[in-house]
Amino acid sequence: MKELIERLRSKFNAKNIKEQRKNFVFITVEKKDLEGCVLYLKEFEGYGHLTLLTALDWIEKDQFELVYHLHNYSNKTDVSVKTFIDRKNPTMVSINNLWAGARVYEREIKELFGIDFPGCPRVNDPFALEGWHEIPPMRKDFDTKKYSEETYFPRPGRYTKDNVAQMEEQLYPVEAEVKNGIAETVRKK
Amino acid sequence: MTEVNNEENKIIKPDYCDPELFCTALPKEVPRMNNIIQKFYDWAQANSLWLLAFGTGCGSIEMRPLYTARYDISRYGIAPRPTPRQSNLFIISGYVSVKTLKRIIRSYEQMQNPKFVIGLGSCTINGGMYWDSYNTINRLDHYIPVDVYVAGCMPRPEALIAGFDELKKRIKEGRGEGANEYAKNFAWYKANQKKIIKDWDMPDYNW
Amino acid sequence: MKPIWNDTKEYDLKSGKYVKIWQGPQHPGVTGNMSLELLLEGDEIKLLKTHVGYLHRGFEKLMERRKFINCFPIVCRICVPEPDTNEYLFAAAAEELSGIEIPERAKWIRALNLEMARLGATVMGLGGQAGSFGLGTIGQWAVAHRDFLLDSFEELTGGRIYHMYIVPGGVRYEIPEGFEGRLEKTLVKIEKLLSDIDKVMFNNAVFKSRSKGLARIPKDWIEPFGINGTTARASGVSYDVRKDHPYLIYDQLDFNVTTGTEGDVYARTELRREECLLSINLIRQILAKMPKSGPVRTFIPDIMHWKIPAGETYVRAESGRGEYGYYMVTDGSEYPQRVHVKGPSYTHAMSLLEKLAEGNTNADIFGIMVSLQTYPPEIER
Repeated sequence: MKELIERLRSKFNAKNIKEQRKNFVFITVEKKDLEGCVLYLKEFEGYGHLTLLTALDWIEKDQFELVYHLHNYSNKTDVSVKTFIDRKNPTMVSINNLWAGARVYEREIKELFGIDFPGCPRVNDPFALEGWHEIPPMRKDFDTKKYSEETYFPRPGRYTKDNVAQMEEQLYPVEAEVKNGIAETVRKK
Repeated sequence: MTEVNNEENKIIKPDYCDPELFCTALPKEVPRMNNIIQKFYDWAQANSLWLLAFGTGCGSIEMRPLYTARYDISRYGIAPRPTPRQSNLFIISGYVSVKTLKRIIRSYEQMQNPKFVIGLGSCTINGGMYWDSYNTINRLDHYIPVDVYVAGCMPRPEALIAGFDELKKRIKEGRGEGANEYAKNFAWYKANQKKIIKDWDMPDYNW
Repeated sequence: MKPIWNDTKEYDLKSGKYVKIWQGPQHPGVTGNMSLELLLEGDEIKLLKTHVGYLHRGFEKLMERRKFINCFPIVCRICVPEPDTNEYLFAAAAEELSGIEIPERAKWIRALNLEMARLGATVMGLGGQAGSFGLGTIGQWAVAHRDFLLDSFEELTGGRIYHMYIVPGGVRYEIPEGFEGRLEKTLVKIEKLLSDIDKVMFNNAVFKSRSKGLARIPKDWIEPFGINGTTARASGVSYDVRKDHPYLIYDQLDFNVTTGTEGDVYARTELRREECLLSINLIRQILAKMPKSGPVRTFIPDIMHWKIPAGETYVRAESGRGEYGYYMVTDGSEYPQRVHVKGPSYTHAMSLLEKLAEGNTNADIFGIMVSLQTYPPEIER
């Protein structure tokens, strides 16, 4: 594992190397190096199994993160290659030439995050949603509760107990009162 | 024919809708006769519930044991049928996503009158676990008329059998009027359905 | 670079040579809820497109706005026949990120729970496989025998289908008294069922002639298509998460990974039968080797406001259908930043089924589909 990390560092300028477990490592590469990196891992290091491909929305950093999780059958190790792409007009190079199964992942990410993968077959076909006109639902700025309440006729009578307030009142009554400003008024009296 | 064919709720005929293949007539209300023959009809309908074997959600996993010897719904005169044309009971087993709702409406409209609907699980009542999900509906009774709800997540087969008993009681009392209700409030149901099914590409009433 | 799988051939529907039919979602042969768009020439499938999304509930979005403990009731709903794997994986990911060690006995009880769930799902899968080839009797037998297992689950966890028994820090309750004996009776019944299935299904000439050589998966497809679980093992790849990445207490159990060689529907079905026997064997081993007393749960203080330090991990477990994985990212708050669920049949149902269907007949498509153990709720989540 150590030698592999060294090779990745020298070849693809891998950063943020984090060994989560002894046979499992996360690395981050630049967007332009990603295809070369996964190709290298697949062809020369034996990481032939694409376990998952998914995306994360970091709205504060204005970036999407793509995670390519690869597994090696022979020495039973995993490498997770991550890359950050811009949140405006996100596009990524498709890897469906390397893994036939990757086209499904790319179709899903295209629909749920709006990241485009030019060249992937059927990438524009709808995956799970039908007739969706909002922004892609897995983005952080899409509010699913608000959308549901506006669209789907919520049945009246559902109430939520705010856990924080409820536990504060039960466990720390005085502090809760202070926080809510009730105790101040009581003391003044 | 009910007067709902106004500008807002006009029948959509997509390109592939061959009028010879699709019946575009709207549903009709069938008035009840208040005599002993109607009572006989009710009794007969209550005892031959043929359900549509369309597992729309996760509740369908508890419908499978119902057909086995342990629960054995055949003894109540209930049998699963593979096609909507042969069935008169639709069990909406659990959550309904928007994509499934379109198929549910088609299947429901293709079923023979009189037809009954059981909403299985909390998800059909108020959304259940998925009350804040962007893709599942919250209240089934806004889209198709529901006769009986069976609460729980997920309800046991015994609960479902109790639901069947309740439905039978309702039908015998003459309250199983879902199909007439659908015809009566057709415009309201269609407006609700079209609110969430954005790409409506089928006839309004595809019987 | 040349694509591995080129399916860009165009078919002229207006020529009258081809017919396009849809099967599902309202079709009794389809597992779960998905639809198949078939392009047929005569009886031969030229092109298949699978359509999923009928069960999409947006779990990953819902988890982002629920606290860690509030996620537990919904994760098990991802996979209906086998919910415990989801509970275990979510708990394992959260425990790994927050550094919680669970008691020894809790590990054994978790493994017991997982194996029981595997057994139930695999038995039902066998029944479904038989049903797709017209042997409906076995489907009835399998569902009825699974019901005995559900009774055991009800006794152990309180729920028939969804258990929510595995919680962060361990499991919820102690095993009830005399549970082992009653579970053993169920196991004996299932063993008898398997010997009956041998007679009726595996020695059945119709089943043999239809399934042997059908939808063969060569070994070199395993990696490009991301195949795992029994589907990969039937093609000769010895990969089992319990053996290769032992979790819980699987390194203390004595078992071998069975592999097939043919990679066709018959081999996959046969392997599923072996999996049932293996699960029965493992349940017996677990009950015999389990420590007889000890705590079953670590106390996590202030579980409602459970904050997990920033980090990310991927945990995996072997479910009845293959490798189940959870990728969890936390940012130090009370809510997960992102949870990605990787179901075992994710690529099986979409790309692999589309590829395998080409050239097979319309009648066999459901046999192929069930043999790949496709299960839509975990594909679209």
